[in-house]
Amino acid sequence: MRLLLAALFLAVCMHDAHAIDAAPAFDDPALQARYERLTHELRCLQCRSETIADSNASLAADLRRQTRELIAAGKSDAEILQFMQDRYGDYVLYSPPLAPRTWLLWAAPIALLAGGMAAAVVVIARKSRLPDTDPNDPGLGGS
Amino acid sequence: MWRYLIPIGLFGALLAFFYLGLGRDQQTLPSPLIGKPAPAFELPRVDDPSRTVSSQEFAGRPYLLNVWGTWCPGCRQEHDVLLDIARRTVVPIIGLDWKDDLELAQRWLRELGDPYAVTAFDSEGRVAIDWGVYGAPETFLVDAAGRIVHKHVGPLTIDIWEEEFMPKIAATGSANE
Repeated sequence: MRLLLAALFLAVCMHDAHAIDAAPAFDDPALQARYERLTHELRCLQCRSETIADSNASLAADLRRQTRELIAAGKSDAEILQFMQDRYGDYVLYSPPLAPRTWLLWAAPIALLAGGMAAAVVVIARKSRLPDTDPNDPGLGGS
Repeated sequence: MWRYLIPIGLFGALLAFFYLGLGRDQQTLPSPLIGKPAPAFELPRVDDPSRTVSSQEFAGRPYLLNVWGTWCPGCRQEHDVLLDIARRTVVPIIGLDWKDDLELAQRWLRELGDPYAVTAFDSEGRVAIDWGVYGAPETFLVDAAGRIVHKHVGPLTIDIWEEEFMPKIAATGSANE
């Protein structure tokens, strides 16, 4: 059973490692690397939580073809991402752009972490200043 | 005492966010093309693929662009509504047959009725990419100046037509009738 699970896991991993198209998009490894990176940055809008590199949806295949053609036409990565963003909006990008309307989105994790740490510091500082009055605590309260 | 109210307050705020989130439409993505010039295209016609249809032909008056395909259940669902809208002759409807089979598309229009002034055949989905199409049916309203003023994703209904499209057509001030 364990072996079977391991085999299944491996099969899933290997499936994931394969490119979705039969042949690589480019013979040139540098272009292929750019193609891989770009298709992993773009969202398939038909399936929402997959990149166009991973999705079998027909729209994803069309957008992979579009990416390939734009690379072949000599467009820069920024131009290609802009091309997609002009048509499909910020949502097509897996990492949203840093803009005034997304400051909250980007700042929220940092703000929450900072807030939590500040709260922790305050609580710990306050606790350590209190005399230990807990009779059940045999530890530091010995003095 | 008040400090015990903070978590309760935060919890309440969280609940409010969740509640608002429940009512939000998660499926419809805002189109960045609203207010922008409608992308130009030139494609074969479904009724006669030896001829092409160009977006130039509709310049100067408002029109609808309806993206459909015979493989799309929502398109079948809205088809009668499109026929109804076409009968009202407020604006012409241009079809964009997206990644479809030509013969199936021709049969569809023959058997179900043809609400379109003309239907462009986008077999490779290139024009659809230019229009930011991600799921048929999608319907765009283009004004007389050639700008996209509204986009609806999903099957049209007469209510949606009257509440979302008609006011915008009236607002462009150039409805034909």
